[in-house]
Amino acid sequence: MIEQVFREEHGRAVAVLVRVFGDVDVAEEAVQDAFAEAVRRWPEHGAPPSPAGWIITTARNKAIDRLRREAARAGKQAEAVLMTATRPVEVHSVRDERLRLIFTCCHPALGMQARVALTLRLLGGLSTAEIARAFLVPEKTMAQRLVRAKGKIRDAKIPYRVPEAEELPGRLSAVLAVVYLVFNQGYGGSEELAVEAVRLGRVLKELMPDEPEVLGLLALMLLVESRRTARRRDGELVLLDRQDRGLWDRGLVEEGRDLVRRCLEIDRPGPYQIQAAINAVHSSGGDTRWDQILRLYDQLMAVAPSPVVALNRAVAVAEVEGGRGRAGVGGSARPRAVLLVPCDSC
Amino acid sequence: MKLYALNMIQPVGDPPPPEVLGPVMAELAKIRRDLEREECWVFGRGLHGPEASTVVKVRDDDVIATDGPWAEGKEHIGGVTIIKVEDLDAALKVAARFARATGLQIEVRPFQGEV
Repeated sequence: MIEQVFREEHGRAVAVLVRVFGDVDVAEEAVQDAFAEAVRRWPEHGAPPSPAGWIITTARNKAIDRLRREAARAGKQAEAVLMTATRPVEVHSVRDERLRLIFTCCHPALGMQARVALTLRLLGGLSTAEIARAFLVPEKTMAQRLVRAKGKIRDAKIPYRVPEAEELPGRLSAVLAVVYLVFNQGYGGSEELAVEAVRLGRVLKELMPDEPEVLGLLALMLLVESRRTARRRDGELVLLDRQDRGLWDRGLVEEGRDLVRRCLEIDRPGPYQIQAAINAVHSSGGDTRWDQILRLYDQLMAVAPSPVVALNRAVAVAEVEGGRGRAGVGGSARPRAVLLVPCDSC
Repeated sequence: MKLYALNMIQPVGDPPPPEVLGPVMAELAKIRRDLEREECWVFGRGLHGPEASTVVKVRDDDVIATDGPWAEGKEHIGGVTIIKVEDLDAALKVAARFARATGLQIEVRPFQGEV
């Protein structure tokens, strides 16, 4: 119960508290204190009617207590932070501040590794040890990375706000890149990271339901994730055309395909949407429509060319031509180039 | 409000010819006027090259002054502008104007504290 609330509400609580106190460290510690209190109290007294509200109120009170103690020890900064926190928090009508937090964590003035670490720590609520394990670095290194990143937010005064419309496209793609990097880190091994990336993708969709690339990224992740079980057999990677389709998670496939349809309606294509569409074609029943996939790769080459995309496009070309050849002379002409590149990684 | 230093990172070597420099200086003057109007301008000026600099240091009890920069580099700070703006995003916007006008890299460095 507490763990579930923690996963779902950590980001929201930190975001609200950063807004109240204007300081990431204060917010983070307060939310940690509040969850620690929950672990002590809830099993005995039962969970409160609104667990999220309880966490935010408790965290706010903990932060104020802590700041008072520090102010009493003549900490001028603590006093200043306390001044900003005198406005009461209306917990029940509390606005969702997570969007600000996301854009702060993924600010381009921070290094990519710092953005990923901050996003997982503050928004995802993963512990420093968990993040360190997932990225195969010592915990101390990850802790230092987080301290440095938070230090830069404070010292350089990286703002806590959603970018204006004119900067939004660039800033949004920085956010999406962070989530996709987390997902790809989870692709090879850590299932936990893939799950976390999908969860972040859902949060982004909830906060920005009309941004097609947000929907596209979520669709892409869902469709790739739907094949997780089918992708491995006895520890070996099983490529797409050899996978047992019965092992695909139909729920995730349907959700992903619905999102792709929604993207088509919005009609503002971008790299994530196109990759999602390619995966949607692969996820449809029956024979793979390589002609459709080739057209999508043509589009992808136009908006986001890369060697990997070019290679995958070449595979699609071979499949389309091989398919034609097979129709004429039988199956033997069909190239097996598709085995080289799993479409999942396009 | 917060103070930021915008350090213009300049390659070592001769300045560009007047026909190139002229329009650049005109654009820099325009940026300055805009910043003054928005009350963001604090200070700004180009620096002479490192060959004009003198280094002062203490050795034992004596203070000695020596010629030249303390380290040779391919780049140096060619000019400093200090601006007073709300936050890093605002500073980055100003830096983008300088970068566009000069074609040079701009280091945006926050001063400690708020003003």
